[in-house]
Amino acid sequence: MSRAPARVWLGTLLIAFALLALPFALAYAGTAWVRIANFAILYVMLALGLNIVVGFAGLLDLGYIAFYAVGAYVYALLASAHFDLHLPFWITLPLGAAIAALFGVLLGAPTLKLRGDYLAIVTLGFGEIVRIFLVNLARPVNITNGPQGVTRIDPFSLGGFDFSRRETLLGLDFTGPIKYYYLLLAATLVVIVINVRLQNSRVGRAWEAIREDEVAARAMGINTRNLKLLAFAMGASFGGLAGGMFSAIQGFISPESFVLVESIMVVAMVVLGGMGNIWGVILGALLLSFVPEVLRWTVAPLQEALFGRQLVDPEVIRMLIFGLALVLIMLYRPAGLLPSEVRRRELTERSV
Amino acid sequence: MDTFLQQLVNGLTAGSVYAVVALGYTMVYGIIQLINFAHGEVVMIGAMVAFTVINLLAPGGLPAVAVVLIGTSAAIPVCMLVGYALERLAYRPLRHAPRLAPLITAIGLSIVLQHLALLVWSRNILAFPQIIELRTFNVLGATVSNVQVAIVAVCTLMMAGLALLVYRTRLGTAMRATAQNPLVAGLMGIDVNRVIAVTFIIGAALGAVAGVLFGTYYGIAQYTMGSILGLKAFSAAVLGGIGNIPGAMLGGVLLGLVEALGAGYIGEFTDLCHYGWLAARIDACAGDGHFILFGSNYQDVFAFLVLILVLVLRPQGLLGERVGDRA
Repeated sequence: MSRAPARVWLGTLLIAFALLALPFALAYAGTAWVRIANFAILYVMLALGLNIVVGFAGLLDLGYIAFYAVGAYVYALLASAHFDLHLPFWITLPLGAAIAALFGVLLGAPTLKLRGDYLAIVTLGFGEIVRIFLVNLARPVNITNGPQGVTRIDPFSLGGFDFSRRETLLGLDFTGPIKYYYLLLAATLVVIVINVRLQNSRVGRAWEAIREDEVAARAMGINTRNLKLLAFAMGASFGGLAGGMFSAIQGFISPESFVLVESIMVVAMVVLGGMGNIWGVILGALLLSFVPEVLRWTVAPLQEALFGRQLVDPEVIRMLIFGLALVLIMLYRPAGLLPSEVRRRELTERSV
Repeated sequence: MDTFLQQLVNGLTAGSVYAVVALGYTMVYGIIQLINFAHGEVVMIGAMVAFTVINLLAPGGLPAVAVVLIGTSAAIPVCMLVGYALERLAYRPLRHAPRLAPLITAIGLSIVLQHLALLVWSRNILAFPQIIELRTFNVLGATVSNVQVAIVAVCTLMMAGLALLVYRTRLGTAMRATAQNPLVAGLMGIDVNRVIAVTFIIGAALGAVAGVLFGTYYGIAQYTMGSILGLKAFSAAVLGGIGNIPGAMLGGVLLGLVEALGAGYIGEFTDLCHYGWLAARIDACAGDGHFILFGSNYQDVFAFLVLILVLVLRPQGLLGERVGDRA
């Protein structure tokens, strides 16, 4: 990196400028698009977190959304009118991430010995258990407020700076979503840096070794138990962090947001982009968050024009595309759109 | 005691349906070591097709049993076709791929099947028409309905039939041979691809019947019903020892019982007002006399807890044998 040619620097600068200018361009099309961009960034964070578990350590986690839920609920309960607690975000966010990490270990510890597909099913069950608890923990003591969820969650604020308020600075109109955009962008950059640094670290290489062959990894002196738990905890903490931000941005959460399909969507992002490749995962997350929105804006009018009415709900089309994409990718491009080198080798060489 | 017997009856009914669905998982797993994640959707499609047919025929004046039978015989071929298509399109091309690949295609296919069902049958909860006249008997204080008896009987018959097929016919021998070693089975002249396809088809047919039974028992069907039912049945298969046919039957029935008894008693066990020293400290106990921490709405948690416990304590299941790489 130290002797990167000028072209690389120029490219980075251009991308940075584009990312900084993006929300204003989107705001021109409508604030809804800024929100969509925010959710896309949230999904990037989620997918990167899951990538640690699935991509690096090779543990297929189908209940990942549970950690997102934990982070979201920790934030919501500690910073809303529900318990009349209004803790600042620099307490609730890290706390949410920490509790999510704890849940990660809780899930990881009993499942250490399980092989890939079993692990997938158990994690799926774990995700469902968390959701069932969220729905039912309204009685006898109202903790989660049940299916109605928690409303009026505090937005981020630091000193007098409130992220939900509209402000005009240097002649630019900073709406709430635009401020959140920058916050999310910054947080995601941190997550990306951590991911990149992790990948080539001692821990990252150990994860890769576990993914390739656990027995051999252990024989090489790698503490597989601790490292797998670490993968679960780290992945979960990113999920928790994203969940807390989701809570604050949305201002409202309910168990509806944490259903199985959401877990599968995040897995789809990781798989589509290329398990284990950070840039691939980012691409996958962006594609799967933006394409459905674009579909929503094109399919509905298109159907109106062709048939004069809505034949098929765009949401259904979106899910059908998700499902088909998962199948087609596995059949024709099993390593994803931007495969990681190792994965490509692994998935193209046929095992017997 | 009445609650106990009643929950026993209910658990046995639900459990025998789980057992039949679990057979679909376990047969496929036994033969190619693959979790057919989309099996739950096959069951759902079976219930949906039967729903449509029964709804069409219900006002026709045919005897109720005939209507249900026609509905079932319409559901079976559709599900067989779906099962075959799953194997052909999604699993066969990936038979030698890493294990996660077919699991992910299976997830993709179950999303596709669910949403196709949503397109055809809408996202509403569909109510089966009440055509079978419900008769109830009193057995030792528990209420048993004719539908429950029929469900247990049908499931037992199907399990017996399957056992005969697997252990007493040439096809069954071929299936068991393929399960042991597909390569050698192929060398012995068994058409392995055909045997695997047939396994999927049989599993799907069982699933179709289970779907109809489930639908008529609970009276409802929805496009999402397959995923939770599938998960429970999978838990049942793991409980009995995945890949093991008697194990799936045992696991299904046990899971049904655990679930029913759990749901029946958890409220009582976690009612803090039953515990003297706590009751004095809780205001609600003075009111309606109950402070239930976990009620029967946690029913769905039991299956997953069973699954996790089995995998942790005895990954080979109750009847499964220890195989190095199984779990």
